[in-house]
Amino acid sequence: MSAKTFDSFIKPLWKENPVFVQLLGMCPVLAVSNSVYNSLAMGLATLFVLMMSAALVSLLRKVIPKQVRIAAYILIIATFVTMAEYLIQAISLEVYKNLGAFIALIVVNCMILGTAEAFSSKNTLGKALIQAFGVGVGFIFAIFCMGAVREILGNGTFAEIPVFSENYEPWVIMILPGGGFFALGLLLLVFNSIQQKLKKKEN
Amino acid sequence: MSTEHVKGPSTFVMVRALAGVATLSGLLIVLVYQLTFPIIKINKAEFLKASIFKVLDGTKDFQKFVNKDGKLEKIPNEQETPDAYFACYDDSGKLIGFAIQAAGMGFADVIKVLYGYSIEKEAIVGHLVLETKETPGLGDKIEKDPQFLKNFDELDVKVTDDKKSLVNLIQTVKKGEKTEKWQIDTITGATITSKAIGRILHESTKEKIPVIQQNLQNLMPPRAN
Repeated sequence: MSAKTFDSFIKPLWKENPVFVQLLGMCPVLAVSNSVYNSLAMGLATLFVLMMSAALVSLLRKVIPKQVRIAAYILIIATFVTMAEYLIQAISLEVYKNLGAFIALIVVNCMILGTAEAFSSKNTLGKALIQAFGVGVGFIFAIFCMGAVREILGNGTFAEIPVFSENYEPWVIMILPGGGFFALGLLLLVFNSIQQKLKKKEN
Repeated sequence: MSTEHVKGPSTFVMVRALAGVATLSGLLIVLVYQLTFPIIKINKAEFLKASIFKVLDGTKDFQKFVNKDGKLEKIPNEQETPDAYFACYDDSGKLIGFAIQAAGMGFADVIKVLYGYSIEKEAIVGHLVLETKETPGLGDKIEKDPQFLKNFDELDVKVTDDKKSLVNLIQTVKKGEKTEKWQIDTITGATITSKAIGRILHESTKEKIPVIQQNLQNLMPPRAN
């Protein structure tokens, strides 16, 4: 693997994290991140759609004229989202029930269309898959952090395991939509201050 | 000044590309649907079966019935019907109650629930959500909120002496205002969804509980296997 290809995998994990740096895919990040399990399930479903659509977009890059590329990419992404919906139902109805309407909304996650447009449509299958995997893992990392913070504060549990004593009064707001914005703001603050400290050290 | 005309792809090429992608998409979706459909069907049946045992304590076996002109008729458990009554039996074969499916519009989409009716208590003693697309973290409180679930410890659905209607129809009230056993306290932050559950149960019990009571005499003897 060349250094450039490796870089395209590493960058989305931290330096160009799709959520914490590029602020992409906010709809599922805010809506489904109220528990660790929901976050992971949404993260994995998004990773599947990202990788499959990246692969197909890359394979078809020479036969799709640029004038109709957006329509074609959206069609490809919608196909894999529909497939993910059936596959999740086949694997676990419980997970399908928990994610509700948000599986279908992966179609409009601009992170996936952005990956297809900016990278997969210009690179070979291998490179497109590696980059999409990096973006997907970066997304899972971000949505997992959100889910962990919100579940711990909002429910007093981590992955449904209690982390506080019985006297802990859950901050219900963290499970509600407002809590999503609080948690995102908090994590952006932490993420950016770490980034700045690392930059200072490098300089 | 001369302008150079750059020729793009022909209409045919563009239409061919989109038609090709659409055909491929269609094939992939149909293929995955065909492959997963039997598994999803089994999953749904297993989930429903597990829910029947959960929704009415003490259930060890069940039998499906349908309403035919006011009479409950036994049908094979495997037979699909949207409007089934699941008679629940304990380990001695005694009929202890019914699990009933009901559905109605929630905040986002149709909510399908299963509720347990206890013959002894003449009350709803549990409910489970089978299908929902309500907002995760809000709408799904109808399954998790302990205060809301308390409504179903013994939700009164007694029938009148002539067994033709309920003495009191199920009502939904604001949180903390429940004073009667046939009332459901809503959930703050998920009012629409909890009200929807109240409405679904109101409609379903109004129609189905009297039918069960009218047929009870014929169903009470232990079931012959």
